Amino acid sequence: MTSTSLAEWSNLAVYSAMFVLTAAFIAFAVGFAARGQRVTTPEKVAVPVGGGASSADSPASDGSSNDQAGRRASNIGLALSWLAFGLLLVGLVLRGLWAGRVPWGNMYEFSLASAAGILGVYLVISTRRDVRWLGLFVAGATLLTLGLAVTVLYTEAAQLVPALKSWWLVIHVSAAVICGGAFTVAAGITVLYLWRERAERLGHVTGVVAKLPDAARLDTLAYRILAFAFPLWTFAVIAGAIWAENAWGRYWGWDPKETWAFITWVFYAGYLHARATAGWRGRRAAYISLLGFASFLINYFGVNLFVNSLHSYAGL
Amino acid sequence: MSIDLDTPTAREPSGPPPLDTAGFLRWCWRQLTSMRIALILLFLLAVASIPGSVLPQRGLDPIRVTDWIDGNPTWGPIMDRLGFFDVYAAPWFAAIYLLLFISVIGCVIPRTRQHWRAMRGTPPPPPRFLDRMPGFRTWTTATPADDVLDAAATDLRARRWRVDRGPGWVAAEKGYLRETGNLLFHAALIALLISVAYGALFGWRGNVIVREGTGFSNTLTQYDAWGGGRLVNPDNLPPFSFTLEDFRVDFERSEAQLGAPRLFEADLVVRPEPGAPTDAVMVRVNEPMSVDGAKVFLVGHGYAPILELRDALGRVMNEDGVIFLPQDGNFTSTGVLKAPDATPSLGFEGLFLPTAALDDVRGPHSIFPAPDDPAVFLSAWAGDLGLDEGVPQSVYALDTEGMTQLGLEALRPGESWDLPGGNGTVEFIGLQRWASFQIAHDPGKEPALISAIVALVGLMLSLFIRRRRVWVRATSEGAGVTVVSTAGLMRSDEGDVSADVDAVTEALAERTPA
Ligand code: HEM
Repeated sequence: MTSTSLAEWSNLAVYSAMFVLTAAFIAFAVGFAARGQRVTTPEKVAVPVGGGASSADSPASDGSSNDQAGRRASNIGLALSWLAFGLLLVGLVLRGLWAGRVPWGNMYEFSLASAAGILGVYLVISTRRDVRWLGLFVAGATLLTLGLAVTVLYTEAAQLVPALKSWWLVIHVSAAVICGGAFTVAAGITVLYLWRERAERLGHVTGVVAKLPDAARLDTLAYRILAFAFPLWTFAVIAGAIWAENAWGRYWGWDPKETWAFITWVFYAGYLHARATAGWRGRRAAYISLLGFASFLINYFGVNLFVNSLHSYAGL
Repeated sequence: MSIDLDTPTAREPSGPPPLDTAGFLRWCWRQLTSMRIALILLFLLAVASIPGSVLPQRGLDPIRVTDWIDGNPTWGPIMDRLGFFDVYAAPWFAAIYLLLFISVIGCVIPRTRQHWRAMRGTPPPPPRFLDRMPGFRTWTTATPADDVLDAAATDLRARRWRVDRGPGWVAAEKGYLRETGNLLFHAALIALLISVAYGALFGWRGNVIVREGTGFSNTLTQYDAWGGGRLVNPDNLPPFSFTLEDFRVDFERSEAQLGAPRLFEADLVVRPEPGAPTDAVMVRVNEPMSVDGAKVFLVGHGYAPILELRDALGRVMNEDGVIFLPQDGNFTSTGVLKAPDATPSLGFEGLFLPTAALDDVRGPHSIFPAPDDPAVFLSAWAGDLGLDEGVPQSVYALDTEGMTQLGLEALRPGESWDLPGGNGTVEFIGLQRWASFQIAHDPGKEPALISAIVALVGLMLSLFIRRRRVWVRATSEGAGVTVVSTAGLMRSDEGDVSADVDAVTEALAERTPA
């Protein structure tokens, strides 16, 4: 296979992934629309003997036929998401083979990798718990990332500039990509949490918001994801510092990219703190975690595109 | 909730400060070490970091700082005074992180003491109403109560729970490493800050440009720029030296990202100390050289056209490569040659183009970074160079005040130019490359790395380990009937203790037939 056709195959895989993901998006939308309402489960105190009923995600109206159909549609969405994920990975690998290096040397490739990160994090969670209701959001966010990648950010593959040639880059960026996926999924859940929490507080749990899991569950899920992502982000920052030391002779120089990675880290640390601080749990903590996500986005888009940074490798 | 309401961290100070001094100080301290203030300081730290990424910073780009201040004559100087162009060294930035770290210390010490006690103590007895606790289970068995409890205690110990036995109950707790990890994490952050500070006090770094075939020895005077911590003695730098034997560069020639650098590597011959044997070392980006406690990084490169200059008397005033600094990605470079001892004194401003092109809009410029079609454009000046006035001058700038321009000329390799008025000749002999190195010594970086790794490990323990309690109660109801109940409590932020209770219950049910 010539290298041109490798690149073409890579693009084809990416476009197919977008096509499949669009179908998944529709399936998730159908599934979500058919979903029954979720009441707020009261604080669970004791489980009666022999009654191991989990409080998972049980609908108010048990097993309505609507819900059944919705599940089927969401399952199709989930299966299509796996397919799209596979196609994305193929696209990335082909791109890497074509360029003869890791497939995240410019913003187009980094966006592909991030899309795979978002989808991958979601799919891993979906193997452990029922998050079909979240598929609509995840498929949407992934499509948006891919859409930006293929339209605005597309770059012909080229080799890396020497400063980016390092094993630490591979480690640093793969950790950052997975974190990006986790931060995105968690931020989506957090927005849904704020919405649902408000409805519950005001006593207006009707319409779409009623189909969401209850606020406590959304909050916990977002926390679980961030509790996984935060140490990984810490690791990514440390790996980045090691790389910087190797390339530029200092492990920390307050370069804009480093600064925003630090700001993101501090906001998420603040979020974890807030959850343990009287009067700050819940809504306020949620806002802090969204600030963390905003810093992550600023670092990713703002710094790469607009700021003169040693890290500006957008390749645009 | 992960913290008991009686731990020092959770005790949120409230109420107005007492009026006596000691009481007031104690009140301040309690405020400072409260979770709420820690949170606010964290928030401030994040926000205070932002201006440094938006405004130009002295440490990164001093020229842009000057431009910015010149462009904003009202706000520029005020912001400069307030430290906005050196945010990460500004007193207010330091105030935030120092308060934060005092707060961490004030927080970690009492928590460590308390955790130490908890680790040596025993788990608390079960609450009176076990049936209100999560995961509650109850059943009856024929086994006597004491035997049930013995079995429960043995089983729990085998599962590495910390166990206490009381009248009619067994209490067990697990996951102490969570708090250990959390304390380790916070302590490691302090160690990290100290390491950074240590590196800043005892470290130094400098930049130097070296032409191919020439050498460098590590003394202050040889550096183009040098900065060191307060506790560094600049007269006592490690006495290594090296010469740059060869420098190789390669640029992208395909359409995509044309001209982007693909490779640069420098061959050095290094002498670790005077009189020692030499080593040949290759230095590349990402592959620095370590010598005598310092690290030598390749950070840039450029061209040094060899210009042979003879003055009006025919004396050779220069025959070396002249360092030209690149101005754009295609290495359009500018440089200066000064010959104060020539008759008359001569100065040249030059433009070097590795691949020369001319157009009406941009004038002479380079269209590719490799020397495919090199040319030098020289502007010759005669007269007083202003070097004798004692004012330090940049070697890369020519002060043409008090000089008269002799003329302009473009030279290709091998060409020479007879200066107008018989003032001498310049010949463009050929090309040399130069490489710039950053040489750094940071004794804080290893401790910083270790602290960071410890912080990461502590963080993972703190977030992934769950602290939980399980209780077993057995009461004899007479007639060979024992009522057994189990329940648990999750002391960490999230999670369900039922799985632990279930495991204990099942193991116990197996050993105690109904
Ligand atoms: C440099 C400043 C600080 C940073 C970056 C930081 C970061 C963190 C992080 C990321 C966590 C989450 C880990 C976990 O949940 O176990 C945490 C937990 C905690 N921090 Fe800090 N912290 C800082 C300062 C402080 C201070 C000053 C205090 C005391 C007032 C404090 C008390 C705590 C406590 C009690 C927890 C445990 C919360 C829990 O178990 O959920 N921290 N900190």
